[in-house]
Amino acid sequence: MASTMASMTQPNASSTKPILRLEHVTKHFGGLTAVNQVSLDIFPGQVVALAGDNGAGKSTLIKMISGVYRPDDGRIFLEEREITMASPQEARTLGIETIYQDLALCENLDATINIFLGREPLRPMLGVFKQVDRRKMLSESQIVLDRLDIKIPNLRRPIREMSGGQRQAVAIARAVYWNARLVIMDEPTAALGVPEQRKVHELVKTLKSQNVPVILISHNLQDIFAVADRIIVMRRGQKVGDVLVQDVTGDDLVGLMVGAGEA
Amino acid sequence: MANLSYPTKPQRSWLATLGSVWAWLFLLALVIGFSIGNPVFLTPFNLQNILANMSILTIIAIGQTFVIISGGIDLSAGYVMGMVSVVVAQSMGMMPPGTPLWMALLIAAAVGICFALIAGLVNGLLIARLDVPPFIATLGMFGIARGVGFLLSGGMPVPIYTEGLGRVGNGYLFYFHPKAGWSFLDIPAGLVQADLRQVTGVLPFVLIFMVILLIIAHLILSRSRFGLHTYAIGGNKEASLRAGIPVSRRLIALYMLSSTFAAFAGLVYNTRFTNGAANAGEALLLDTVAAVVIGGASLFGGAGTVIGTLIGALIISVLGNGLVIMSVNPFWQFIAVGVVIIVAVLIDQAREKLVRS
Repeated sequence: MASTMASMTQPNASSTKPILRLEHVTKHFGGLTAVNQVSLDIFPGQVVALAGDNGAGKSTLIKMISGVYRPDDGRIFLEEREITMASPQEARTLGIETIYQDLALCENLDATINIFLGREPLRPMLGVFKQVDRRKMLSESQIVLDRLDIKIPNLRRPIREMSGGQRQAVAIARAVYWNARLVIMDEPTAALGVPEQRKVHELVKTLKSQNVPVILISHNLQDIFAVADRIIVMRRGQKVGDVLVQDVTGDDLVGLMVGAGEA
Repeated sequence: MANLSYPTKPQRSWLATLGSVWAWLFLLALVIGFSIGNPVFLTPFNLQNILANMSILTIIAIGQTFVIISGGIDLSAGYVMGMVSVVVAQSMGMMPPGTPLWMALLIAAAVGICFALIAGLVNGLLIARLDVPPFIATLGMFGIARGVGFLLSGGMPVPIYTEGLGRVGNGYLFYFHPKAGWSFLDIPAGLVQADLRQVTGVLPFVLIFMVILLIIAHLILSRSRFGLHTYAIGGNKEASLRAGIPVSRRLIALYMLSSTFAAFAGLVYNTRFTNGAANAGEALLLDTVAAVVIGGASLFGGAGTVIGTLIGALIISVLGNGLVIMSVNPFWQFIAVGVVIIVAVLIDQAREKLVRS
């Protein structure tokens, strides 16, 4: 049955155009083919889980989408325009925001600064000097957090005094503020307790309701079944499954991930 | 849409401010203690003296504050200061006779600052581009600047004979005499020799210079994008890189800023002692790092303020002055500063653990 699922055509394709399209993307490291001829489409408002065992090629695939690696072969399209990215910064300028597992927040700084880090708004001081516009950062942060329905009392507290879920929320708010066209989340719930995992699930659904597609890398089947619309399964660098979440069970997924029924 | 309200952890902000609060209290305790020990301590004359004498220490410590917040350290600042003081002294000696003081000082200062900028640039390049740990890179520069300073000066202090230089470093904005009243920039006119002992200077130039540098540094650190990035790099260098901060450029600028402040301190030394000496800043390493750390900066990076460093410098200077006034053997001062810096780091670590737990 695994083979039948793998051969299924793109679900949800209908008439909408994909935000992201990969065509036969390949990446080698020396003799190892980390990602082999992977093609996929991501549609607006879709939450796509990227599942697979360790070493299946998930991270390498994601790093090509987020500009960390350049594919050796194949093409990437964002909203039907072919793109090449020399750095993660370029990917961010194009609207591809990646939330890494470690969140990449400066724990000594507050939420508003973290949301704007590297792109701080400035206002003039004494005519000649330019200073960071803290007030604008605070009001804009408040707006984006409201949009995501996140309530963090006192945004001026340093990140290190916040809970894991709050930190995740700040990282997501940062991605969303900069008008992300695609959000990639790497194991977003790995370090969280159960109640906070639920909050992250809610956040992903909020993103979806605002038509921002999300690619979710996860080991956690609960995560996947809680939020994903579609599941792409990778094994040994290849895409071995692309299924709608309602069409599969956890056992089916595990089967695809480990390649049961093949040997 | 779900309403996501996150529970707040108990407020721990008092812990975050503890670092500077204890420093204020300690300073207050020192002032009260020394005042009781010897009433001379609390006279305006003595207090002004403390402030003027701490200018060199404070100015170097300002640069050190930036570097320590970014997660680094600049061990070379003291010898860069000495090297600059030698370069300035020799440059002033080369001026043609009749060069106005301000012009001679300006040109010599520019030459000295160039030497400092080169030292800072090398530190920064080693640290930012070649990934040499700041401790090692600046320790190397410590030796190089020391050697260059001694080679240029031939191992001897270089006297400066330019007329009026000492009045810059030891002069006051105002002078006061009980009978002649106030005067601006110079001692009141028409006083006989016998009256001169009663003249009091108010607002030393070096103190004004120090305050101006403190204000500028404070504004840069707390308001500018450069200042914010300094905290970000010290907090999480990897995240700063991913956020698109030009981390290498910032680090190079930080070490150049530190040596520029060392050069300013060298200039103060030149004007106060009318000479240049390669070992002028030899004893300052302990005191400057102590001032920054006592002021609440974290050696882990990411925390610290210019105001905090000022308090740290005040504590060290008050301690030194007070011990002398109390007729304690001045060597005790080293021990006292050593103990205070260790206690400050212990408090910093305890804070770190409490906040992280």
